[in-house]
Amino acid sequence: MSKRIDVKDLNVYYSKFLAVEDVNIEIEAKSVTAFIGPSGCGKSTFLRTLNRMHEVIPGGRVEGEVLLDGDNLYESGVDPVTVRSQIGMVFQRPNPFPTMSIKDNVLAGVKLNGKKISRSDADSLVEKSLRGANLWNEVKDRLDKPGSGLSGGQQQRLCIARTIAVKPQVILMDEPCSALDPISTLAIEDLINELKSEFTVVIVTHNMQQAARVSDKTAFFNIAGTGKPGKLIEYAETATIFSNPAVKATEDYVSGRFG
Amino acid sequence: MSATTTRKTSNDSRNVQNPPPVARKRNSLAKGHLPRWAVPGIAAASLILGAAASTLGGFSVATLAIYTAIVFVIASTVITTLVEGPRQGRNALATNLVYAAFLLALIPLASVLFTVLQKGLPGINTHFLFHSMNGITGAVDNASVEDGTPVLGGAYHAVIGTLLITLWSTVISVPVGMLTAIYLVEYGKNGPLARAITFFVDVMTGIPSIVAGLFATALFAVLLGPTARMGIVAAVALSVLMIPTVVRSTEEMLKIVPNELREAAYALGVRKWRTIAKVVIPTAISGIASGVTLAIARVIGETAPILVTAGLANNINVNVFGNWMATLPTFIYYQILTPTSPTNVDPSIQRAWAAALLLIIMVMVLNLGARLVAGLFAPKKGR
Repeated sequence: MSKRIDVKDLNVYYSKFLAVEDVNIEIEAKSVTAFIGPSGCGKSTFLRTLNRMHEVIPGGRVEGEVLLDGDNLYESGVDPVTVRSQIGMVFQRPNPFPTMSIKDNVLAGVKLNGKKISRSDADSLVEKSLRGANLWNEVKDRLDKPGSGLSGGQQQRLCIARTIAVKPQVILMDEPCSALDPISTLAIEDLINELKSEFTVVIVTHNMQQAARVSDKTAFFNIAGTGKPGKLIEYAETATIFSNPAVKATEDYVSGRFG
Repeated sequence: MSATTTRKTSNDSRNVQNPPPVARKRNSLAKGHLPRWAVPGIAAASLILGAAASTLGGFSVATLAIYTAIVFVIASTVITTLVEGPRQGRNALATNLVYAAFLLALIPLASVLFTVLQKGLPGINTHFLFHSMNGITGAVDNASVEDGTPVLGGAYHAVIGTLLITLWSTVISVPVGMLTAIYLVEYGKNGPLARAITFFVDVMTGIPSIVAGLFATALFAVLLGPTARMGIVAAVALSVLMIPTVVRSTEEMLKIVPNELREAAYALGVRKWRTIAKVVIPTAISGIASGVTLAIARVIGETAPILVTAGLANNINVNVFGNWMATLPTFIYYQILTPTSPTNVDPSIQRAWAAALLLIIMVMVLNLGARLVAGLFAPKKGR
């Protein structure tokens, strides 16, 4: 239950402004890929093009191809809703639905789509997803309480549980730990390691140690200057990026000399 | 109290060994402060001075209040400036002016409430609440004045009319207003159509209510002929007044729903209209509900548009699609303007005040209901 992503010659625009230029990248199935780079270099923007969330922003559009196991997401006739149900996303700030209980948050992907689900199926899906997100033991006694009552780290794991409950092929994470404390971060990183046995995971992070800890391959994005488009500078095994990068800019960035 | 006492006794018992405690030093940080009794003290002094000043030129409560307020504001500002410094003095002046403005704004409200309660309460009884004006003629009123029989006739028909007409105008304007707001926030995205709608909604907000009434009359005159007067025409007129309020409040509420929630739903593969129906609106529903209730409270007291659309009835009419109807405001208006008995107007005036009291109670219940609804629908905060 996981698919690979191949991106070919992708340009990402905000109206007329070219935000990310000419990205080519192959993301293996059942692997963790980290995107690193300075702020504003377009890594989050690029991540959002992988499940057609970029076009939600007014003026957002792309040129090029994103292939999910060979199928182009941007071919005409492709419904973004279908794409998003296959490629889930976890956001920077935990955003559980405030009107729903913990249980309903997990079931949101099913219930909001109006699908009928039997009570026993729902219960087992909730338990499986919450266990998958390492949250079950903390919330199993208060599944009917609102999701907004949890701590930040728990809320983020609830959002991950909500994402895996719709059984996607790929999970995109946009700086999932940047709003969390180190202990919650550790919990999420452990979780990412477990998730890759079932899902393809792509994570954007500002934290290079985190990229080094969790990812198999790392992509370094950079920007030549304000107003210039972001580019994919180097993409390789994580160990290579951090110990023996091919490009000078990557070395400067990972060694902390700039950025 | 007991703590100080015990400390004192323990001190006393140790006095033998210890040197006697020095007199308590004044806290140097608390220097230059007016004592706590200063404000009530100044207030009492100003009251005395104000009373003295007002007796000079003919005593009345109004002059007493005005003189006292002036003396208090000046005195407390001057005394605070002298004791605590110019910055605290300006602070005292501003504080006093703010309180004065608040009290000034409260006067009309309190006065209206008091007058309506005073004049309306005697007229409120079960006969008034559950009977219409059907069959009440000048002779009946003359009899109750001259022979001292109880005042007959009530506002039951007007209460029914108010409730039905307001209900129908709500039924018309809430869907229209909410869908308009949803279009503006979720789909229009500040495009030309959305800007045009926003402009016309703003224009609609300023429409005088009589114009809305004339619009509804003219509309139904075209549809059903020139004599069409019934509850639904009034409901249409009121909904013309209600729609802009509903659009505005719903729009504001939808705008403050965080975009993150919409994105979270999209990322789960949820369609846009389902996201709106199941995530955005439930998140904003408490604000929307209270906005709608306030819009109802705003139109429930309209008189002019009702007069030209629903006419006036003295009998109970529960059919908004036929015959004339009365509402509380038109009932009050006609009782005052054309008393049932031209020679003995007191029963009519008593009925008018009682109806006014009923109307105020209805609006108050609506406002309380809005708070209740807002609390009921608000996102739960429990842990």
